[in-house]
Amino acid sequence: MSATSSTLTTATGRAGAVAGHRTAPPAIGFGRLLVVEARKMVDTRAGAWLVIAIAVASVLASVAVIAWAPEEMVDYSSFATAVGIPMAIILPVIAILSVTSEFSQRTGLATFTLVPHRGRVVAAKLVDALAVGVLGMVVAAGVGAIGNLVGAAVVGVDPVWDVSLAEFSAIVLGNVLGVLVGFMLATLLRSTAAAMVAYLVYGYVLVGLTTVLAAAQPWFADAQPWVDFNYHQGNLFEGFPATGEGWAQLGVTAAAWLVLPLALGLWRLGRAEVK
Amino acid sequence: MIVIDGLTKRYGGHTAVDHVSFTARPGRVTGFLGPNGAGKSTTLRVLAGLTPATSGSATVLGRPYHRLPNPGREIGVLLDASAQHAGRTGREVLRVATLTMGLPRTRVDEMLDLVGLTQDEASRRIRDYSLGMRQRLGLAHALLGDPGVLVLDEPANGLDPAGIRWMRDLLAGYAADGGTVLLSSHLLHEIEVVADDIVVIGRGRIVAGGTKEELLAGSGTLVRCAEPGLLAEALSGAGHHVERVDAGDATAGLRTDADPTAAGLVALAAGLALTELRADDGAGLEEMFLQLTADTQRETTTPATSPSPTRPTAGAAA
Repeated sequence: MSATSSTLTTATGRAGAVAGHRTAPPAIGFGRLLVVEARKMVDTRAGAWLVIAIAVASVLASVAVIAWAPEEMVDYSSFATAVGIPMAIILPVIAILSVTSEFSQRTGLATFTLVPHRGRVVAAKLVDALAVGVLGMVVAAGVGAIGNLVGAAVVGVDPVWDVSLAEFSAIVLGNVLGVLVGFMLATLLRSTAAAMVAYLVYGYVLVGLTTVLAAAQPWFADAQPWVDFNYHQGNLFEGFPATGEGWAQLGVTAAAWLVLPLALGLWRLGRAEVK
Repeated sequence: MIVIDGLTKRYGGHTAVDHVSFTARPGRVTGFLGPNGAGKSTTLRVLAGLTPATSGSATVLGRPYHRLPNPGREIGVLLDASAQHAGRTGREVLRVATLTMGLPRTRVDEMLDLVGLTQDEASRRIRDYSLGMRQRLGLAHALLGDPGVLVLDEPANGLDPAGIRWMRDLLAGYAADGGTVLLSSHLLHEIEVVADDIVVIGRGRIVAGGTKEELLAGSGTLVRCAEPGLLAEALSGAGHHVERVDAGDATAGLRTDADPTAAGLVALAAGLALTELRADDGAGLEEMFLQLTADTQRETTTPATSPSPTRPTAGAAA
């Protein structure tokens, strides 16, 4: 590095600032934080690979539907699901890393000195995570539509559009809740490794266990709708709850498994020492 | 201008920072000196709003840190050059910061030039950076917003000698332009060569503070002659305090509280030829600092003299 010859003249203007001739800089707006935090979700090597993984998985899944699905299954829901499932798995990881990297990669030291209001930074991350959850499904719907058109042409059938707006809205809600679960675990644990393991256990291992338990134990099968948030979140990918009771169960389980722990996580994150 | 006033930070029963007060003034480099674990980093973290104080206050330009509307434009902070995302490129780190502060994109290249990082180096991911490169990037990050105040925690770590010299010149120039610089170090020499004011901290407490001249002066005179015994008698006869620099080595000379002129006159009157006569620069500060260091470095002290063994290791609070 040829640093020894560097001049100080590039840093002009400081004397004016010191002497107080420059007016105080305007405060950092929330819109700017949204842009910064969104950029930070994808500008790391990990972030870039997650986006690439989504793109690759979407293309492979669409190709697989065209190549192997029986003719009567070459419809919009097959393609949208093929693209949507990789997203539903990976998007929560982006939300997790957005929070945990500030602690595991220690970027919080810079982030929270440039913006000494953690609540605002985390709120920006949360809004971005929600946007990612919604936009991800919109993109999945778009890519799925292209797949459906191409697939129908390749197979030689008329394209079948079998996803209603209500069904799509339910899928978006399911996906957003999945992203929020990732976000919740990240605020609670503040460590990439711990939050990733918790996410896998919560989202995948636990589902298997509760399914087995419900099959083996009638009492749990009865109680499950009132205690199992995963169960309701998964069902959203099939459509909204059919009954008011179903909505109530979704609300109760979401409060217990998502809202309360998220509130605790945010409270702790506001007090955590950034080292 | 940075004002730390009665700052205390306790972790459970352990007091990491104990009623620390000092001021870092514009146009001067203030060195914050102390052994590892003395409370330097904790003090700086409280200053930057990352850690809440138990009591007391720290202000930047008259305001608590969190009241600054856009802190990066008024105070540049580098607390740990390694605390950057390993998977982000150096340029992207600066780009994100310019976006946050609302600065033009051109500022990134200006700062890369200033700290001597090439375009090629800036395009690499930080996992491939040496500590010296991280320090340069961290300094670029701190200077991005063209702040009037700089706070740097151990900025010389990992820099080669030329890099240390470069950093020293940069900070001196920054202060000469009217900037306020507060930098910490656990190395006396590093602080001595760059600081105008020095604050010494040990075990969470300020143990000395003042201008470098004040701290280095007044620690007496070093005299040497062929017959130290006679000289010692003459000096104490004239009412001065005398001690041998090294009790086991008579040729090592004497230390006295007389100033050099008085010591020379005493020697002349006694008819003794001096082989050396000089102000004993910094011996007091160095001794005090060594004492502090010895107290906190368990590996070099015997258990009997080690202070309360329940304290966390030196590194924990650093």
